[in-house]
Formats: sequence, structure tokens, C-alpha cells
Amino acid sequence: MVKVIKAGFYSTIQDFGRIGFQKYGVPVSGVMDCYSAQIANALLDNDENDAILEIAMTGPTLQFNSHTFICISGADLSPKLNNKPIKLNRALKIKKNDIVSFDKHNYGFRCYLSVSGGFQTETVMNSRSMYKGITSQFILSENDEISILENSTPIEETNSSIRMDVDHFISKEIEVFKGPEFDFLTKAQQKRLLLDVFTISNDNNRMAYQLDETLGNRLKPIITSLVLPGTVQLTPSGKLIVLMRDCQTTGGYPRVLQLSEAAINKLSQKFTGNKIHFKMK
Amino acid sequence: MSNFQLTYKQYGEHSILVEWPSKIDKKTIDDVIFFKEKLERSLFKDIIEIKSAYNSILISYVITIDNIYNKISMLKDIYSSEINILSKPSTLWKIPVCYDNKFALDLDEISLEKKISKQDIIALHSEAIYTIFFIGFLPGFLYLGGLNDTISFPRKSNPRLHIDKGSVAIGGKQTGVYPCKSPGGWNIIGNSPINFFDIAKSPPCFAKPGDKIQFYPITLKMHSDITTLVNAGVFQIESEVLHG
Repeated sequence: MVKVIKAGFYSTIQDFGRIGFQKYGVPVSGVMDCYSAQIANALLDNDENDAILEIAMTGPTLQFNSHTFICISGADLSPKLNNKPIKLNRALKIKKNDIVSFDKHNYGFRCYLSVSGGFQTETVMNSRSMYKGITSQFILSENDEISILENSTPIEETNSSIRMDVDHFISKEIEVFKGPEFDFLTKAQQKRLLLDVFTISNDNNRMAYQLDETLGNRLKPIITSLVLPGTVQLTPSGKLIVLMRDCQTTGGYPRVLQLSEAAINKLSQKFTGNKIHFKMK
Repeated sequence: MSNFQLTYKQYGEHSILVEWPSKIDKKTIDDVIFFKEKLERSLFKDIIEIKSAYNSILISYVITIDNIYNKISMLKDIYSSEINILSKPSTLWKIPVCYDNKFALDLDEISLEKKISKQDIIALHSEAIYTIFFIGFLPGFLYLGGLNDTISFPRKSNPRLHIDKGSVAIGGKQTGVYPCKSPGGWNIIGNSPINFFDIAKSPPCFAKPGDKIQFYPITLKMHSDITTLVNAGVFQIESEVLHG
């Protein structure tokens, strides 16, 4: 069991989400940055879909009530074990009563903490991903107790750690494909969309990232149709909204671009004020 | 059937979007649902999910699409195939709605603006048989077609931040039931004690696209009685299987 001493800014349990339930209007959810989450699970020999802790910007303080192994990947929020700095992307042995905490933010936005066998929270529609109205709890709070496997198979603790691709955290380039309504934009709009630099607004969360700059829009709304995580919508006021993992399943704004899976992962590490630039694949 | 001019577009790395001409009508939705059923029956192992909306279907594949032309031609073959599948029978679901002032926050306004008595609005709303076009927006939110034009009413320019679960509302030419507490801009005319989305059930929604919905008026007392039965998990929604 893991006790939450401090919850942090926005800490949730996530796996790869509820695939196959979108026809009932259920968001996919799941880890925002699959790339980092997969590394954290892989280094513990976990299944890639094992539930992991997703942490945004300000990390929690956690006390472990049994021995296990953990691995921290993704954003660098200066993780500490019993107040001593620990390395990212490395399997670490945890003893009973050990405390994991986080300190200064160095880079990235979302950090992932895996435990041996994955977190054992409630499964709803084949997934442990927390979402308001679907799981009984949608965010971790102080004094929560999260179940983990008590008898985890010991793994070899080594000094090796994986070097992450730094580009994943610092590059401005967001790889995209044409969205279904891209061809309806004017040539000038298409050009601006692919040449301009856009800024992440403070309206960014697991549902969507809104961008500051406007593009101007004369397109009519579309008949409500299907959308996906990574869809870039153009609102009537000309604002661009990038849908993320917790997005609704349908929408009525023109879908001008679609992010690649790798680009969704990359964007998940961006935060308010960061600059991005769309690059057609 | 199956004689619409469809467009096929790759949408992201894993999906193909099929679109019908931009129109909301019964003929289109029947063809959308018919094609969706044909696809579901063809049991492609590489398809994860098939979703539909008013005039579109989104087919999502397990792995990245490498040969889009190949995939599209397979889909086209299925669309034009003459195999006359037996269309799934649709169900008519009878949904209790309490139109009492306690819930019907916007019924007075609609009645005044439209110069139609509240009784007539309730009668028009509950005599129609609605078709479920698709489920979207919120888990269990049914997009319904078939609202009588005389009671259509524009969405609010300032949406409410909180609309109660079960609220029955009119938004433009559409009507629907909020399956959970949510923000929303539709005009509330009543409340249904039924659960439109239940995580404990598989599937979580009792109704599917192509099914029909009819509302029937109930009193405040019946609303509270049915709520008790629903919460205890013993309320049976009245339904009929429709053929043809």
C-alpha cells in the first residue's frame, strides 16, 4: 500500500485507457505521455498497460507501507527518496516506510511513477484510468491509500538507467497530418497553420490544450462528428484547440489537423507559455 | 440503400473516416447504421472500434495503417456488397419524464416565447417517437432526431454551469437527456429518473444507435418512486422490439 501524504497539483492513476467504449460516449483517457509511461513500466518488467501514477508539475509525497520497486520517468521534478535525490529512468528498491517526494521542476510537465505489478486501483470498463463520473475517484488526495502488489517479484537493481531522448521534452516541433477539414481552409490559413509558432495558453489540461494565437475562421461549424485525442479543432472565434486523452468523443468544430501519437506524447510535456510549431508529416 | 456518394479519408495514424453528404436526415442515418452493422459483421480482426455520428463513421485499426488504398477498397467493397444482412431489430424504449415546474426550469419561457401552452409543449414532446442517431458528448448522451419543429428552441447564449443529471432539454432542433451532472446550454423542460449510463452494466448504455425513444409524462410522486426503484436496481424500462 502507498499512502498519499501530499497530493501534488494533479496526480492521477492511468493506464492505456478505455479502448472500445467511445461508442457509448466514454473518453479514452489513459496516460498523456505514453512514451515516458512505457519506459517507467518497462524498466520494472511490468506489462506496458500496468497502471501508473501520472504527476503534473508539482509532485506528491508518498509513503510506501511495503517493499517494492519503483521507476520514475518523464518530466524531471527532482524526485527524492527519503530526502536524497534519485535518478530518473532507473529501477529503485523501496523498503517499508520509505518516502518519495519531489522538489524543483527542471523540465517537462508530466512525470510517471511505476511500481512493480502496477497500482491496483478500481477497474472500470477494462481500465484503471481515473476519470470524473467513471471511476469513483478522479484525482489523488491527501491521506488516500493506493493498493499495490504486496509480494512483488524482486528484480535486479542495477546502476544502469536509460537515456531519454531530450528532444521529446525540448523540441517545439509537433508532427501532424491533415485533419478531415484541412482542405476547406484557405491557402493562407493552411500556410499560417504550418509556419507560425503557437503558444500554449493557460487553458491546458488532460481534456485539451488551447493555443493563444488565433487563425481567423470563416468555416461553418460541421455537423457533429467524431473526434480523437490529438485532433486540432478550429473554433468559430478562430482559436485552436488540441484535444487530449480525456476529450469528448464527438465535436462540431472543423478538425483541421491531427497529431501523430508521438506528437500527443510530446505535447503532454508542454505547459503554459511553451511554444510549438506544427510540422506536416 | 447503399447508393450515397461517400468520401473516405485517413484520420490520424490508426483511423479512417467515412463521410456521407453533409445532411442530418433519416435516410442518411439509416444508411450510416446499415453500413456500420455490415462492418461489424464482417469481423475484421484488425479493427478496434467502429463509431458513428450523424453522417460519418470512424473505423479505428489496431496498428498504424500502412496501405490506406488497400484498406479503403476493402471498406468500399463492403459498402457496395449486396449481402442483405438481416438488420438488427431496433427497440422502442419508453422513458418516464416529470415535466413539473420543480424540474422544468425553462418551460415557462418556451411557452411564452412560442405562444404554446405548457400542456401542449408536453404533449408534443411526449407523443413523438425519436430515433437515436448516436451516443456522444457525455457518456450515455443520446443524440435524438425527430423533435417536432413547433417546439424547437435556440440554445442559451450563456450555458448553465450545472445541469442536473436526468434533465430533459431542448437545444435548437434537438432534444436529449443529460446522463450526468454537466454544464450545458440546452433549455430544461423536465427530468427523467432513468440511468442512461451505468458503469456496472455491460454495455453501459441500454440503448443503441437506431433504437427509438418515447417519453411519457409522470407526476412528481412517480418520479420519486421510480428514482427509488432505479437506485435499488429493480426498475424495468418498458420496451418493445420493433420489426422492419
